[in-house]
Order: sequence, then C-alpha cells, then structure tokens
Amino acid sequence: MQVTSQTFKSNASVALRDAALQRALKNLKAGFPGKRAAAIAKLPEFDQLRDAGRDLKNHVLEHLDFYLERFEAKVIEQGGQVHWARDAAEARQIVLDICRSVAARRVTKGKSMISEEIGLNEFLEAHGIQPVETDLGEYIIQLRHEHPSHIIAPAIHLNRDQVADAFHAHHGPYGFTERNENPRALMNEARQVLRQQFLSADVGITGANFCIAETGTTVIVTNEGNGDLTQILPRVHIALASIEKMVPTLEDVSTLTRLLTRSATGQEITVYTTFSSGPRRVEDLDGPEQFHVVLLDNGRSGMLGGEFQDMLRCIRCSACMNHCPVYGAIGGHAYGWVYPGPMGSVLTPQLVGIDAAGQLPNASTFCGRCEEVCPMRIPLPKMMRHWREREFERHLSPAAVRFGLGAWAFFAKRPRLYRIVAGVGAWLLRRLGSRKGRIERLPLAGGWTAWRDLPAPQGRTFQQQWAARQGARS
Amino acid sequence: MSATLSCPHKPRVGLFVTCLVDVFRPTVGFAAVKLLEDAGCTVEVPAAQTCCGQPAYNSGDRADARDLARQVIAAFEDFDYVVVPSGSCGGTIKRHYPHLFDGDPAWQTRAERLSAKTFELVSFLTDVLGVERVIARYPDTVTYHDSCSGLRELGIKSQPRRLLATVADLDLREMAESEVCCGFGGTFCVKYPELSNRMVSEKAAHIQTSEAGTLLAGDLGCLLNMAGKLQREGAAIKVRHIAEVLAGMTDIPAIGEPD
Amino acid sequence: MSDAREQILNTLRRGLQRGPVAGERRAELEARLAHPPRNVIPARALRPHFEQVDLFVQMARNAAATVDPVTHPADVPVAVSAFLDCEGLPAELVMAPDPELAALPWSEAPTLHIERRAAVDGDQTSVSLAFAGIAETGTLVLLSGPYSPTTLNFLPDTHIVVLRADRIVGAYEDAWDLLRARGLGMPRTVNFITGPSRSADIEQTVQMGAHGPLRLHVVLVGG
Repeated sequence: MQVTSQTFKSNASVALRDAALQRALKNLKAGFPGKRAAAIAKLPEFDQLRDAGRDLKNHVLEHLDFYLERFEAKVIEQGGQVHWARDAAEARQIVLDICRSVAARRVTKGKSMISEEIGLNEFLEAHGIQPVETDLGEYIIQLRHEHPSHIIAPAIHLNRDQVADAFHAHHGPYGFTERNENPRALMNEARQVLRQQFLSADVGITGANFCIAETGTTVIVTNEGNGDLTQILPRVHIALASIEKMVPTLEDVSTLTRLLTRSATGQEITVYTTFSSGPRRVEDLDGPEQFHVVLLDNGRSGMLGGEFQDMLRCIRCSACMNHCPVYGAIGGHAYGWVYPGPMGSVLTPQLVGIDAAGQLPNASTFCGRCEEVCPMRIPLPKMMRHWREREFERHLSPAAVRFGLGAWAFFAKRPRLYRIVAGVGAWLLRRLGSRKGRIERLPLAGGWTAWRDLPAPQGRTFQQQWAARQGARS
Repeated sequence: MSATLSCPHKPRVGLFVTCLVDVFRPTVGFAAVKLLEDAGCTVEVPAAQTCCGQPAYNSGDRADARDLARQVIAAFEDFDYVVVPSGSCGGTIKRHYPHLFDGDPAWQTRAERLSAKTFELVSFLTDVLGVERVIARYPDTVTYHDSCSGLRELGIKSQPRRLLATVADLDLREMAESEVCCGFGGTFCVKYPELSNRMVSEKAAHIQTSEAGTLLAGDLGCLLNMAGKLQREGAAIKVRHIAEVLAGMTDIPAIGEPD
Repeated sequence: MSDAREQILNTLRRGLQRGPVAGERRAELEARLAHPPRNVIPARALRPHFEQVDLFVQMARNAAATVDPVTHPADVPVAVSAFLDCEGLPAELVMAPDPELAALPWSEAPTLHIERRAAVDGDQTSVSLAFAGIAETGTLVLLSGPYSPTTLNFLPDTHIVVLRADRIVGAYEDAWDLLRARGLGMPRTVNFITGPSRSADIEQTVQMGAHGPLRLHVVLVGG
C-alpha cells in the first residue's frame, strides 16, 4: 500500500470538506464511545482487568522469544506449520508459495490488518490468485478498490448509498439486478454472493487476534462468522499474525478478550471467538487439511527494549481512534497508511519510517483521551512525543517551527529580557485590539486568525502590575 | 516580603503565573492570589519565571524543555507549595518534569520534589486546603469546559463544580462532551489550523447549545481559543477563567471583550 | 526461512539484553504454562451454580439468542420440533453425530427428518451439543471432533444447540478447566458462540445474520 502520510495535512483538508465522509463519521462518534462506556459500566472489574492486561502483555514482551518458540513447537506438534517473515515481502512470498503448492486460484479472507500491512491482495492478484474479502466491511471496500479507514470497522467512511452503488455495480452477474438501499437487504445480498465464494475457495486466510503459546492456538474474535467459514471450508487455512500477538495461556487470553471486545464494539463478548489448533484431525468430518501460521516481524522486534516497546501491548481494539477528536474529524484515510488514529500515529513511523510519517505524531493536541480509554494502558501521547523528539534531533521538523521555537526559548531562558519583551508584546497586542477587545487579523498568526479572533491582552502584564503592587506595598 | 516574615505559620505559596496569563489575562493571576490569600496562604510571585517549557517539550525539543524546567525548579523549589492557574502548565510540572530528567538523578530528584508540591489552583484549594466554599456572586448561567490536561493528568473534574456550586446566583448548565478537547493543543492550533478549527467549531456548537451565558474553564489557552471562536461566530457568550468567578473579580470585561 | 527465524529471535534478545531464557527463569515460565494462573475473574462469574444458570439465560438472550429450558433430556426432541413449527421452518435437521444426542428419544418427534453428518450449503437447520455454557456472557462452547463437525455451527440459517444446565460454568476460565479435565488436549476448533451472526459494517447499524446463522436457539436441559 502506497504511503501518503507525507501529505497528511492536505489529506486532512480534503477529508474535512468531504460531506459524505463527515456524515459517516457522525455514526462513529455517536456509536462507539457510548457503547464502550455502557459495557464498562456493567463490569466493575474493568480497571483491574486493564492493570492485569498491561502486566500480562509486559510479561509476554519480556519473554517474547520464549513464547514464540513454544507457540511454534505446539503448532508443529499438532500437525501445523509455522513460517517466520522478517518483512512484508517475505510474508507475501510465504503465502504465495503455500497457495501455489495447492494450485489455488481463489482465496477467501477473513479480516486481517496484517494482510493490509503486507499488501497481500495486490500481490496475490498480480500472481493470478483471486483474493476475496469476506468481512462485510472489507468486502465493500474491496469492491470500491479502497483500503480500510478503521481497524475494526473498515468501511466506516461510507454510507448506505455508496454501498448500494458498489453492490449494484458488481452483483448483477449473481442475479441481483435491482439497486437495494436497505442495509438488511444489502447484507443479504453479500451473504448470498459470498457464500458461493466460501464454498469454492482453495485457501482461507485469516488474521489472529491472539496466538496462545500453551496450546499452539490462533484466536479470531468476530461477529459475522465469515472468519470461521473462511477457515473451515477450504483445504488450507493460513493465519497471519504479527509476533507480538503471543499470549501464554488460555487464562491469559480470557483476560484480554474481556478487555478487547468491550473496548472495541462495546460488546461483552463478540458473537464468535474461535480457537484454532492445527489442521483437521484424522477422525474429523470437516476442517482444513493444512494449517499454517505466518509470524510477521516487520520492524516490531526492534521496538523491544526501546521507548516504543509499550506500543507492542496494543490489541487493536480501536478505542483510541474511536475517542480521538482528530480521527473523528477526518477519518482514517487521511493518515495515509494502514493504521490510523493515535495507535497509527505511534506505529506507522516505526513501520514506514519517520521521514514519511513524521506528521502523524505531530497532529495531536495531546488531549490524552486515547490513553484514557486504552485497555492496555499504552501511553500513546508520550510515545507521540518521543517521535517528535526523534524528529527534532534529526532536524526533520519544519524550519519555521524550529526557528520560532528557538527564538521563543532564547527569551524564555532570560527572565529579565523576557519580561521586557512580554511587556512590549502585551502593549502592542492591546493597541491592535483596543477597540473591540480582540484582534481579527494578525500578521504571522494567520493560522489562528483565519478561523477565530485573538482576544486582546488586558494591557500591562501580570509581572509589571505585580512589581508595581509590591513596590507600593513596601 | 515583610508579609511573609510576619506570618511564619502560613503556607508559603509560589504562584506560577503562566506565560499566557502574564501577557493576556493578568486578572487571572490576581484572582489566584486573592483566592490563595483568602484561604490563608502567603503568596509570592518569583520574578525569575517565564514559561514552564511545555511548547518545547511537546515539540520534541527536550534540551530547551530541560533548561526551562531547571529554571522553574530553581525559582520555586524553596516554597511550601507551587500553585498554577492552569491544568496544562501544572500538569507539565507535576507529571512531566521528572521524566525530563531521566538519566540525570540529581535534577530528577529536584524535579520530583517540586512535582510533589505543585498543584493546579482549584485542585489546591479543594484537595489540599479543603476549601469548601467561596464568597462570590455571579448572576448568570455558566457552562464549564474540562480542559484536557487538568482533567486527565491531574484528575480535575468535580472540584471546580463543587466550588462553583457555592457561588451565589450562579446556575451551572453542563454542555455536551465537556471532556472533549477544544482543539487548542498549544502549537497544534497553529501547526494544524484547519483541524483545530474543526474541533473548536464543534466545541463552540456544544457551548451554544447549552444556552449558558458564560463559558468557564481552568486553562487560558483553551479559553482564548474558545473565546476567539465564539466571538468570530458572533455568539454573545462571555468567557472567563474560573478563578475570576471564584474570586469575585468579574467587574472587568470578559476575555476578548472591549472595555 | 530459518534465517528469518534466527534473525527475529536474535533481534528480540538483543532488545531484551539477554540470551535465550534459561535456568530458573525458564523453569518459572514452564511452571506458569503447566499450571496457568487465573487473572482477574469478574464477580458475576463467581456466583453459585443456580445463579449461573439464570445469568447464562439472561446473557444469552441479551445477545439475541433464544433459550428454551426443558426439564429432562427426553423433552429435547419435542422441544426442537415445536421450535421449528413456531418459526415456520421445515422439519428437517442435520444433526451432530454425537452419541448423547443420538440417545435422545427422537421417535417422539416423528415428523422430524434427521441426517447425522457435517453441514453442507443449503442445510437449513442444524443441531449440536454444547460442551459447556459460560454464564459470564451467555456463551456456548462447542468443540470440533468426529461427533461435532464445525460446519454445523456456521453454514445453516438456524443453529439449535442442546446445552445441559450442569455444563454451565461461571467464567471462561472454568470452561478451560473442563476442557483440560477432558484429557484429550485441544480439539482442532473451539468455538465460543454468543448469539446469532451479525454485522454493523453498514452505517454502524447492527443487522442479524451476516454470514453465520440468522438464529441461535438454545435448548437448555435441566435448567
């Protein structure tokens, strides 16, 4: 996937003017935060669980090599295969080789952000294999040749009209010639069309919300049932997982799922939580003959021991973006790569480079709502600040910002001089705004006054008045 | 200085005015002094203060942020308490200064000691001094915006509302989403003006829907932002720092209003 | 590929500033895997068993499942038949080839046409036996195996699950204990199922029956 994070500012500008997108984003803000709050209100232990989840993931990260090796051994013991991929290219090639080994022509896919991260669909298509997304949201955006704008609600940027158009344009050959706008009917159409795809696929590819070291199990947490049909009907099941998905035991996964679903959709549990261990057993009547797990690193191993290690606790619930006022204003595409919102602003610079994604950690007011809702207590603002520090150290921040900051710091470090400059500044601004009490246009502050007035200072600075008062007292 | 010596039993408070209050709204500083003195404190304002360093810190400029932090620590570490009429500057000193000196144990210790005695104004009055009521009158409906740092870094939520409830003739009307950011964000508002504008527009809409006559908050940055937006939109809503109302210093024009 | 494996593990260890986990630390981790500790268990999952049964029913209904409590196992066939009648569904079932299900008196519901096999496309209604029920969230636990093909849980429009009340436990962790006590290791698939399939991908409005069953019906025996 092409990275367009470099142009975040203009992407955001376009998004703010996109009326359809803005309508769709209202659904997000009206839905997720309230549902999450209601679910948490019903579980008094939620904050205790957050602490337990954080500690658990920290434990895993401290012993990630051990748990990865154990997971691998258990998968193999049950007849599955584990493939290690250093980067996106290796992961794509592994998947392609597996598909070719069974002469696959059609691949069904459950929702997987790792698949987006490695650009799997484009790659498979280029090699003559047809990938079919089966999660309703993913399917819609695949028809529209788009990428997800949200990590759990990929088509949240669209409204029913746009879905109706996409289905009307593509479902004719399946006998759906009328344009439907009713969400229920649209979903039925997708169900019927995709059922045929499930039944004729050679390989099914899913993601993995968790990988359990104790049992060599991959876990998917879903609502539609598409992930299950993807993995039980074809001959081959491939689960794509990044290395930090490891969890020691079934007990530990139970803790994390309690956190995940409430933080994500506000459900106490999703409809389906599916635990897959190896291929079908000899006596089984159904299930895949082969089970492969692809473990992707793609820059994550380098985060251990550094200032971004905490980010590896992320369980991809999306609470941070659901509560982010910046995400809520512009949606996910403006972020310019796979992972949007606060978690993306921390992760994307790591995965695609700070040169390309430097704007993302800057586009935050540090309002802290993301950290407040993060089930894994990831200090997202702190890590965005770390990125800003790296940018600053490498002189990547804009020259105007550096100059302004330098000039300001020069005075701020010299209190006597500062008091004089502040006094002059206050006087000057007061003069400019004396008539109305506010300033409507100010050179060099166009970013402010283009959109709002600048309230004028009251006159003399506090320090000037205080000094006068102390003088009068003594 | 003589006042200090005459009352050795009174808590000695160093007031960190903040750069925005210093330049834009000195009344907030004087309101803070009044509230602190009414509560039995001796207040001093060290001349060697400028800014807490937050703009540098949040821009990734750790070196300048550290220099400014050292300046603040040196100027304030001898007081019993440091009080700040801003959740965001208060949060910087209280929550972030210690981390600024990772790897520098001597300064980190000093930063931690300062952190332990630094408080945002309203939180200091209520949580530390146990102030339960103020003597003030404000005959208007008001709505209160929870500024992000005060709310999420310092846990300021009920304290301002408790004190406002004791102001005579004041009627508090909560706006929708009072906990959502106003879009100021320090340098954010000039680096991403369009995004900032969207956020403050939504905030202004919630304020207007509340039908309050006055908007209050505890951070001047947010207040300048919201006042500027409301005034650009022609809304007849007065904007004040909460300290002005609690101190009864409301006979001067509201923020951004002519004399 | 082993190059990738070694390189990833080495990078991890470099970041953690140590070699492979060994000695006492390793023994601790092994012990933790062998005897998994429980973390925080919600209080509502710790109530006495009879309350857990009520909680299960309530939570399952909140997740849009229907629950039909019957007193005896022998009541199940008639209950299933009545459910199909009420819903206007054909009296045709594809049933898990499970001996416990087979032992029920299906002859008492003579109109039912029953096939015992895995599901195929076009099957309307399936019947499976739950391994356990979890009260905490009204969740059914189904295990894959020769007696319980997984396709029954997903292909038909209507999924009927027979659950014995004495198989209802409080928390997820209790279900794992039951599974371990079974002594057969992990089956290929463990399905936690809570309500019928749904999606909110169109305008964030929940619609039932996305790809899996439109209806989930629980026949609760001895509840």
